[in-house]
Amino acid sequence: MAQNIYEKIWNAHLVHEEAGQDSLIYIDRHYVHEVTSPQAFEGLRLAGRNVRRPELTFATLDHNIPTTDRSQPISDPMSKKQIDTLTSNCKEFGVALFDMDDARNGIVHVIGPELGLTQPGLTIVCGDSHTSTHGAFGALAFGIGTSEVEHVLATQTLPQREAKTMEIRVEGELKPGITAKDVILAIIGKIGTAGGTGYVIEFTGSVIRDLSMEGRMTVCNMTIEAGARAGLISPDAKTIEYLQGRSYLPEGVSPQSLAKRWSAFASDSGCTYDTLVELNGADIEPQVTWGTSPGMVTGVTGTTPVLADIADHNERLSADKALKYMDLPEGLLMTFIRIDKVFIGSCTNSRIEDLREASRAVKGYDVAPSVKLAMVVPGSQAVKRQAEAEGLDKIFTEAGFEWREAGCSMCLAMNDDRLDPGERCASTSNRNFEGRQGKGGRTHLVSPAMAAAAAVEGHFVDIRDWKYL
Amino acid sequence: MKEFTTLTGIVAPLDASNVDTDQIIPKQFLKRIERTGYGEFLFFDWRLREDGSPNPDFEMNAARYEGASVLLARENFGCGSSREHAPWALDGFGLRCILAPSFADIFFNNCFNNGMLPIALPAATIDELFELVRASEGYELTVDLPEQKITRPDGSTIGFDVDPFRKDCLLKGLDAIGLTLKNESKISAYESNADIPIPAAS
Repeated sequence: MAQNIYEKIWNAHLVHEEAGQDSLIYIDRHYVHEVTSPQAFEGLRLAGRNVRRPELTFATLDHNIPTTDRSQPISDPMSKKQIDTLTSNCKEFGVALFDMDDARNGIVHVIGPELGLTQPGLTIVCGDSHTSTHGAFGALAFGIGTSEVEHVLATQTLPQREAKTMEIRVEGELKPGITAKDVILAIIGKIGTAGGTGYVIEFTGSVIRDLSMEGRMTVCNMTIEAGARAGLISPDAKTIEYLQGRSYLPEGVSPQSLAKRWSAFASDSGCTYDTLVELNGADIEPQVTWGTSPGMVTGVTGTTPVLADIADHNERLSADKALKYMDLPEGLLMTFIRIDKVFIGSCTNSRIEDLREASRAVKGYDVAPSVKLAMVVPGSQAVKRQAEAEGLDKIFTEAGFEWREAGCSMCLAMNDDRLDPGERCASTSNRNFEGRQGKGGRTHLVSPAMAAAAAVEGHFVDIRDWKYL
Repeated sequence: MKEFTTLTGIVAPLDASNVDTDQIIPKQFLKRIERTGYGEFLFFDWRLREDGSPNPDFEMNAARYEGASVLLARENFGCGSSREHAPWALDGFGLRCILAPSFADIFFNNCFNNGMLPIALPAATIDELFELVRASEGYELTVDLPEQKITRPDGSTIGFDVDPFRKDCLLKGLDAIGLTLKNESKISAYESNADIPIPAAS
C-alpha cells in the first residue's frame, strides 16, 4: 500500500508496541544545547544512569553565548555557569560538544544539516521546539521537553503516539521577491497557530519542490508555529545534492547507496493523509506580522486589523490586546510602521542564502539614521566564514549593520542582544510573542530581504518595489 | 514522579488565548540549572510590575485567587517554546491542574511528565467556568482523576477524557524511563537488527 513519508519513518523506528500504551520509537540523532539539558543530565546522575548512545548524541552552545568578541570572558555569571555545566556534562557522559571555539559551532538547527548529521529517514529530537527544521531533509524531527531529553539520553527511545498527517500543498510559482519565509507565514496565517496541533505536516507541491534546501528549512522550522510538532518534505535530488560530502555521513557507504536509502523514504505516489490544505503560490505576497502571535500576519500591502471586522469574540479580544501591546492603531498600513532595530538571524533565517538575499537588498544603501541598531548574526561559524569569503560582511558593515558571531542572539534575547522596552524590531526570527526579544519589545516577523529593506528605509516597504543597486 | 489522584482547590482565571511558554516563564529564568524554584517567576512580566510589586491589572493577582491549584485558561495554552520550565513554574506556584479548550502539544506532554494534569474541555464549558469563577469568591473544583470527573461546588459534575496510559502513570506516579527500561531487551534487539546510520567519527 502506498505510504507517506511519516508512515515510512514511523514504521522503520518502532521498537515496541503494547496495547494501551504509547509506542516506543527509536531515536537516531539527539541534539543537545545548554538551556534545556542541565536538569536531564542531573537526572541521569541521580538515577545512576548513562547516556545509552553517546555516538548518536551531539551538543552545541548556542542560546546563551555572546555574539560579540569571543576572546572576552562571558559577563553574565548565570550564562557562564550554564555553558560550563554543558561542557562538564558532555565530558562526563562522553558526548561530543561543539563549543564556542570549535569551527563547527553554531545554532543547533543550522549545524545539524551543515555537518550532515541530519539525513532523510532519521528520527531526530532536541530539547528545542524548532527541531522541526530538520524535517526539510525528510527526517522526522521534533522538539521535546527536558524530561524527554533525559529519557532519550538514557534509552535512545521515546514513547510516542502516532500522529495524524496533514498535507499542505503549495502549487504554482512564487512571484519575484517572495521567499520561503513568506510561504510559511502565509500558511500559519491561513491555518492558525493551533491549526497543526496533533498533526505531522508534509509540505508538497511545486513551490516547495522549487525551494532550495535553505528555504525548505525555513518552512519546516516554523511548522511548530502552526502547532504541528513536525513538518516534513520528501527527499529529492536537491536533498541528496546538499548532503554530498558532508562530514558526518556514515563511513564506508557509497554516495549511491546513501542516495538510494534516502530516496526510499519519499512519500509514495497515491499515498494518503488525514487532511489536506492547499495554497496557491502566486497569491502569496511579502508577509509582515502585526501582533504577538505568528498567526497575526498580513501581506505588506495590508493593514493592521479593524476590530469591528473580527466576528469571533475571543479573537477580537486577542487582537485588541495585541494591538495595544504593539502600540499600533487599527487599520494602519503595514508600510507606515517605523522600526527601531533590525535583527537578521535565528534558526529560521540565518543561513548563507538568507544572508545573500539580505545583502542584495542592502548593497549600496545605508541603514536609516532613525534605526538604532541593525545586526546580522550568522547561524553558524561556517555560515559566517562563507559569508565573509563572499564579501557579504563588508556589504553589511559598509551599510551600517553590525556583523556578529554566530548564535541564537536576539531571537530570544538570552544573551545581551535584546530590545529595550517599547522598541520595535523588524526580525527574521520565528516568534513575535510579548517580550520575546526583550521585555516590552515589539517584534515584526519578516523575510531577510524585507528586514534589510526596512533597515534602509526605517519602515516596512514592499520588497517587490525595491531598487536593487 | 509525583502522583496525581484527586485535587480540590481554588480556580484562578487566565483569560487569554494562545498563552505561550515565553509568558508562562520568560527567558531570563531559563539560565538556572535546577529543576525547582521557578514558581516565583511564573507569568513574571504579567504578574509583577517593574518594581516587583503585584500588577493589580492581572486578574489572578486578586486576593480571592490566592492559593489556587487549578488554572482556567483559553485555547492553545502553552504554545511556542518547548521549555519544561513552564510546567515547573506552574507546579512551583501550586497550579497542578489546567483546564482549557486546547493545549499545545509539547507543553501537554511536559505536564504529564511532571505529575500535572492538563484537561481539555469544550469551549462552552470553559466559558461557563469563567463566569462561575468570577461570580463567586472562593470558587473551588474537585478534580477526580480515577473517576475522570470534575465536581462543582453545587455537586454537578463535568466528565473529561484522559489517555488511559497517561492516567495510569499519573495515578501511580510512574517513572517513564523506568517503564521504558522494562523493555530494554526490545531496544537492544532493535539496535542489533536496524541499520542505524552511525555518524562518521570526526
